[in-house]
Amino acid sequence: MLTYCLRRLLYSIPVLLVASFLLFGFVRSTFDPTSRLRASRDPSVVQAERDRLGLNDPLVVQYGSWLKDAVSGDLGVSSRTNEDVSSMLWRAMGKTLQLIVIGAFVSAFIAVGVGVFSAVRQQSVPDYLITGLSYVGVAMPPFWFGLIAIQVFGVQLGWFKFVGLHSGDSTAYDVDYLKHLVLPVATLCVQIVASWSRYERASMLDALGADYVRTARAKGVPRYKVIFKHALRNALIPLVTVMALDIGALFGGLIITEQIFSIGGMGRLFLDALLQGDVYVLEAWMIVVAALIILFNLFADVIYGILDPRIRLS
Amino acid sequence: MKTDDEIGEEPAPFGVPVMAEPHAELELSPDAEPVARSQWQLFRRRFFRHKAAVLAGTVLLFLFVVCFGAGWFAFYDKNHQDLLLGPTAPSKEHWFGTDQLGRDTLTEVLYAGQISLKIGLAVAFISTAVGAVVGAIAGFVGKWIDQLLMRTTDLFLVVPAIAVLAIALKRFGQSDDTIILVLAGLGWMYMARIVRGQVLSIKEKEFVEAARAAGASGPRIVVRHLLPNCLGPIVVNLTLGIAAAIVTESTLSFLGFGVTPPSTSWGNMLSSAEGNYSINAHLLYFPGLMILLTVLCVNFLGDGLRDAFDPQAKH
Repeated sequence: MLTYCLRRLLYSIPVLLVASFLLFGFVRSTFDPTSRLRASRDPSVVQAERDRLGLNDPLVVQYGSWLKDAVSGDLGVSSRTNEDVSSMLWRAMGKTLQLIVIGAFVSAFIAVGVGVFSAVRQQSVPDYLITGLSYVGVAMPPFWFGLIAIQVFGVQLGWFKFVGLHSGDSTAYDVDYLKHLVLPVATLCVQIVASWSRYERASMLDALGADYVRTARAKGVPRYKVIFKHALRNALIPLVTVMALDIGALFGGLIITEQIFSIGGMGRLFLDALLQGDVYVLEAWMIVVAALIILFNLFADVIYGILDPRIRLS
Repeated sequence: MKTDDEIGEEPAPFGVPVMAEPHAELELSPDAEPVARSQWQLFRRRFFRHKAAVLAGTVLLFLFVVCFGAGWFAFYDKNHQDLLLGPTAPSKEHWFGTDQLGRDTLTEVLYAGQISLKIGLAVAFISTAVGAVVGAIAGFVGKWIDQLLMRTTDLFLVVPAIAVLAIALKRFGQSDDTIILVLAGLGWMYMARIVRGQVLSIKEKEFVEAARAAGASGPRIVVRHLLPNCLGPIVVNLTLGIAAAIVTESTLSFLGFGVTPPSTSWGNMLSSAEGNYSINAHLLYFPGLMILLTVLCVNFLGDGLRDAFDPQAKH
C-alpha cells in the first residue's frame, strides 16, 4: 500500500511542476505586471520596474525565482491592492472552503440517499421521477439555477439572503449566516447531486445484482441489512473516488456561483484579478488551484487503492 | 454513417450482414428464413425503439430549423426596438415578452440560438476530431509517443478549465472563431482517452492483423479499420461534447468573456437579464430554458445513440 501511495505521489510531482510552469508562462505572457506604470511618461521608470521584478530574464529563470519564493511561502504582492498574495488567497480560500465542505456534505447525503432509494425501488414511479429530475439537474447550467433561485426565493418570497455570506460587518455563524448559505449551497448541490445520485444508483444496482447479495439473502440476512451492510458498502467505492475528483475541481469551479452570490471566495478573487490584470494573484491562483486538483486526483487514487485492494496490484 | 456498399470489401465487422437478434418467441415457424440485416439496419431499429431519443432528436431538429430560419419564422426583425413599449411580460403579441429596449424576446432568443448552437456544434466537432486523432495515434503507435500524448492529456486535465478559458479569451479576443478554437483547445482530452482505449483493444483483433498481412500501411489501418470501429463511442461523446460546449459558452458569455454585445448568445442574454430580478423575471427564464431544453435533448440523443451502438453497455 505504501509503495502504491508513493508511486502515485511521485507521479504527481512532475505533473504539478510542468503544469505550474505552463500556467505561469501563460499568465506572464498574457498580462504585463508593469501595465499600471503605462501612464508614466518616463520609460526609465518602466525599465527600472521590469528590472526589479526580473521581467527581462528568460521565462525559466522567472519561474525558478517565483517557485523559490513560493516554496518559502512568499507568493508576491498584488499589484491591485499591494497586499500579500498569500494572505489574499488564504482569506478567499476560507470562504470557498465553507461552501465546498458544506456543499459536499449535503450533496453526498442526498445523493447516496436518493441513489440507494431509486436503486432499491428500480423502475417504480419515484425512481422514474428521480431519474427525470437528475437529467434536468445535469442539463441545467448551474448559474441559471442560481439566478432563478435568487429571483424566486430571494426576491419574490424573501426567504433567503443572496449577497455574501454575512449581513453587514457581522462575522457570526448564526441563523443569518445560514440564511445566506442556503441558496449558494443549493446552487452548488443541484448539479453535483444529479450526477452523484445517478452514479450511486448505477453502482448500487450492480451491487444488488451481485452474487454475494444473493448469498446473503439466501442465508436469511434481513433485507435492510443486505442493502446497507453488503450492497451499499461496495456501491460507495466508485462514488467516493468520483467525489474526490469533483471536490478538487470545485476549488476553481465556483467562479460563477461566487460571482452571482457576491461571495469573496476564490472565484471572485480570480475574476477581480483577471479584470484588472493582477498578474501575481493570477499566477498564484492558477497554480494553487491546479495543485489542489492534482492533490484531490491523488486522494481519489489512494482512496480507491485502500478501498479496493485489486487496484493496488495492477 | 456508412452504407453497405462502401464497406463491402473490408473485413471490418461493421457493415457485414449478421443474423437478426434472437427473439423471445419460443415457437419458431418451420419455414421461417433467418433475416439478414446489416449492422446499420440493426442500429436504426435499436435507435428508433428508444422513444425518448427519437423525441429529443425531433425537438433538436425543430430548434435548429427555427433558430437558423429565424429570418423566416420570427415575428419581428432582429434588434427591432420599441422604446416606448419597454419591458413587458409575455403576451399575445410577444409570446416571450420584451426586454428593456422593447425588443421581442422570442426573436432575440432565436437569433441568439444561432450563435449558441453554432459554437456548440463547432466546438464539439473540432474537439472530437482532435481527440480522436490524438487518441488513435497514441493507441496505435504506442511506446514513447503514447506516453508523451497521454501525459500531455493529463496536463490539460488538471488545469482549472473555466479560468484558463477566460484568460485565453481575454488574450486572443472574443470573436466567434476564437471562442470556438479556445473552447475546442480545452475540450479534446476525454475523447482522446476514450479513443485510445478503444484503439488499444481493437488493434489486437484479427481483422487488423489481416489488413496488415495484406500490406495495409499504418495510416490506412487507422483510418479505414480502427476509427470506423470506434464510431460508436465517438458519436456518443460528440453529442455529450455539444452539450458541454453550449453550457461552457453560456457560462463564459455570462461572465463577460465569451460572446459580447451587440452579438447575442443565450449566455449573454442571461447576463443582461441579471440585475433586474424583480421586474423582468421572464428575461431570465427563456434563454435559460432554451439552454436547458437543448442540453437535455442532446443528452437524451446521446443515450439513444449509445444504446443503439452498443446494446450491451451498462450506464
